[in-house]
Amino acid sequence: MQTRRALAGAISALGLLASMQGADAQAGKVTVVTSFAKDVTDPVKRAFEKAVPGVVLEVQNRNTNAGVKFLEETRAGNQVDLFWASAPDAFEVLKGKKLLQAYAPKATGIPEKVGAYPINDRDGFYFGFAASGYGIMWNERYARANRLPEPREWQDLAKPAFHDHVSIAAPSRSGTTHLTIEAILQGEGWDKGWRTIKEMAGNFRQVTERSFGVPEAVNSGQVGVGIVIDFFAFSAQASGFPVKFVYPSVSTIVPANVAIVANAPNRAGAEAFIEFLLSPAGQEVLLEPSIRRLPVNPAVYAKAPADYPNPFTDPRLGKLMPFDADLSESRTAAVDTLFDQLVTFQLDALKAVTKALHDVDAALARKDNAAARRLAGEARDLVAAMPVTAAQAASPEMRAAFAGGSTKGARQAELEQQWAAFGRERYAQARQKAEEALKLAR
Amino acid sequence: MRGATPGQVAAAALIAAFLAVFLVLPVGTVMYVAFTEKGTGAFTLVNFADFFRTELFVRSLWNSVYVSAMSVVWASALALPLAIVTTRFAFRGAALVQTLGFLPLIMPPFVGAVAMQLLFGRNGSVNLLLDEWLGFKVPFMEGLNGVIFVQSLHYFPFILINLSASLRNIDRAMEEAAQNLGSSGLRLFRRIVLPLAMPGYLAGASLVFVKVFDDLATPLLLNVKDMLAPQAYLRVTSIGIADPMGYVISVVLVVASVGAMWLSALATRGRDFSTTQRGGGGLARRQLSRGEAVLAWGAVGLILLLVLSPHLGLLLLSFATVWSFAPLPDGYTTAHYARVFGESSTYIANTLVYASLAGAIDVVLGTAIAYLVLRTRLVAREWLDWTAMAALAIPGLVLGIGYLRCFYGVQLPGGQPLATLWIMIVLALAIRRLPYALRACHAAMQQISASLEEAAENLGADKARTLRRVVVPLMTGGILAGFVTSFSTAAVELSATLMLVQSNSDAPLAYGLYVFMQSAAGRGPGAALGVIAVLLVAACTLAAHLVAERDHRRKGGSA
Repeated sequence: MQTRRALAGAISALGLLASMQGADAQAGKVTVVTSFAKDVTDPVKRAFEKAVPGVVLEVQNRNTNAGVKFLEETRAGNQVDLFWASAPDAFEVLKGKKLLQAYAPKATGIPEKVGAYPINDRDGFYFGFAASGYGIMWNERYARANRLPEPREWQDLAKPAFHDHVSIAAPSRSGTTHLTIEAILQGEGWDKGWRTIKEMAGNFRQVTERSFGVPEAVNSGQVGVGIVIDFFAFSAQASGFPVKFVYPSVSTIVPANVAIVANAPNRAGAEAFIEFLLSPAGQEVLLEPSIRRLPVNPAVYAKAPADYPNPFTDPRLGKLMPFDADLSESRTAAVDTLFDQLVTFQLDALKAVTKALHDVDAALARKDNAAARRLAGEARDLVAAMPVTAAQAASPEMRAAFAGGSTKGARQAELEQQWAAFGRERYAQARQKAEEALKLAR
Repeated sequence: MRGATPGQVAAAALIAAFLAVFLVLPVGTVMYVAFTEKGTGAFTLVNFADFFRTELFVRSLWNSVYVSAMSVVWASALALPLAIVTTRFAFRGAALVQTLGFLPLIMPPFVGAVAMQLLFGRNGSVNLLLDEWLGFKVPFMEGLNGVIFVQSLHYFPFILINLSASLRNIDRAMEEAAQNLGSSGLRLFRRIVLPLAMPGYLAGASLVFVKVFDDLATPLLLNVKDMLAPQAYLRVTSIGIADPMGYVISVVLVVASVGAMWLSALATRGRDFSTTQRGGGGLARRQLSRGEAVLAWGAVGLILLLVLSPHLGLLLLSFATVWSFAPLPDGYTTAHYARVFGESSTYIANTLVYASLAGAIDVVLGTAIAYLVLRTRLVAREWLDWTAMAALAIPGLVLGIGYLRCFYGVQLPGGQPLATLWIMIVLALAIRRLPYALRACHAAMQQISASLEEAAENLGADKARTLRRVVVPLMTGGILAGFVTSFSTAAVELSATLMLVQSNSDAPLAYGLYVFMQSAAGRGPGAALGVIAVLLVAACTLAAHLVAERDHRRKGGSA
């Protein structure tokens, strides 16, 4: 009994402690909702509080989606000053729901574009503070053990050597992966782009549901190669993991953003935070080993380590192709759903065809056979086939099916069933042809 | 039994109101979307037709049923030996085994997954060593079988705890009567002991089934997406898409879970598991011969090694410098603990407060609901049970969003929204973990003979006094099992918490873990926090066991 009473006492004492800590409504508190890890927020918080005396940065970590939902649900009594995350599409959603406050930053020295992507929202609702590019990250120990060559381009990942060794985050789950897929589609065109994506996807080991799942798997050596945003690789290198990274030539550099939330309780503090982030002092924080993001102020690169990638001068990053944000916006849901229905949820079938086609190629390399070559080509075309054209994907009817417009068209569920059935049939036919080809070629 | 007293009606009404305000209402405001047409918002059932027309969803449904059923089988295989050895035999270290066997339930989010992959993954320690020595790998963590493997390791404690509590409650007289009639050994166990322990086993097994059915973390960790819970999650959490299907799947999950509970209730309906004698220390504990002891220790050791390996991995990870594509880390350091040391005290204090309050609320509600269901004839009393159990099927995120939607508009006198108070986190945790405590309390009450209460009432005690002086003391084991399960699983809950935490000073350990585990450099500190969480919960569990044992002995002595 005595122990129980002591336990109860201890618990209520702790309760008192917790409630006391909860009541620190300090003056000059700036609240930010962010998807960034502690390793990113801590150095920025320290530097910001030093640069602006008397201010306290209250960081609420939420994943991007939970953050968006949180702002939506709490809009009536908003207590958040800033939203701070990577994915531009999350900011677009918030802007569309009128949850952001327009602002004109006073910081100077920041150009209009990084690569081909505008750094700031054209309507002034959100602002890029760091640039990130997509590329290929791999684990050196894994690569050595499995004799993987060094990848350079997306197409390399479609080679037989990489079968079952590649990982990606689902574009429907990761705004930045979505932009990579969109960049490939815009760079190579709708049909050719999807062909590249599916050939690569045939080698996927997994399609993860969160962005960080990919670098995590590569870091621990569970997967050899990952399609990731650059800083995941750079910060892993800085922590000592045996990983390498390369930017393929068709990629896109996109900004990570910050925005003031509509009806922010501490508007002045929110503005001060944005000004700090965009100032040279704030931009320099991005160079820290645990962060390793690309500053948007070109002058700051003077203080970066020698091998630091610079999107403003690096010829490889400089020739990145243009990116049409409007086109991307008009077909976001269609592209994501197509990827999910044709790749994510049918990965096993897609991998089986791809494996068979790799085997055919190996057999043909030893002894050529025209009939087998033709059958394999047909199988490849079946895999690459798409249920919708580029024009259909961006059509208003399609948007209505996903967003729920007043026009009566097909429901999202119906489209998904159709697309899944389309993929299932084509992959089955392709597999049959590939196996026939294999018999002929052997 | 007689009709309901006003007190019982009032209690039922209170509980119903609590469940309505903190479960049905918040979840309803989010899930009603399942019944509306996208765009117009008109009522429709077409979404459910779409569900059954979609090959992926139907396949997911069957996969979920298969995985849940197989997990129950394997979890039983792990739990039965541990439960029997520690309750039926004079086995030294029984308390230790009970505590250790309970740890797998506390798998901190994210880090637990990383540790599992580093041990059992395709290039985990085990497979790297197998490949080096024998030239082959075992796909422990692939596909549906991988899910079954991980889920069995993760959730078998539900069966262990509830079955052990039940075994301890069996009246020794039953066993002795059977022995006098010539039964012994396996036959005695099969015909007498196991059937009498059925309420505990079923409580545990049904929890495992429903929990596996509704769990999304493990399938997602293994990248298995064609199961129902991950399908719901993936859809509910896509940014900016107003898709009713996620909620449709959630409704299907709720219906299926409640259905499973109903089936397990049918299995025990109309049978009497209660025994009258109490406090005598339960079953006779047989002495083990030397050979048997070696056998028992061997079996227990093997099982513990298997089920605790994720925690060993976690421990290694927390001291590792870099651990990548290697059976063991490259080097060891204590720097991760130094890094989390400063901030973890707030997290620890918050976790203890939240989880113990949630656990306390859960056992009170669980006992009350079990009492109302089993001992009264109130109309629709089972609905209290089913509603509470439905919480298992509600994704934490949905509950979190519902809380914000319902309680953020409610202003406190100071102008602060109600939803920003830390007590809301406690309530969300209590609702989410209530099913665990409820099943344990329900099983415990099934084993108490109503004649004891009738005796007390005949001697002049009123209902409340009977409950306080007779029923609750007799249920101590079950209540404790319920508290421990609710407490420890609440201590590592993240999904609803992530929605409701408003500031770092209100954050529990799981949230602290989350903010570390999003970067490469945060893996070590995250693992260190995970180890702290596990140790913390283990210490509390052990303390609870010790308190209960002393209590038990004291009562046993005075009886």
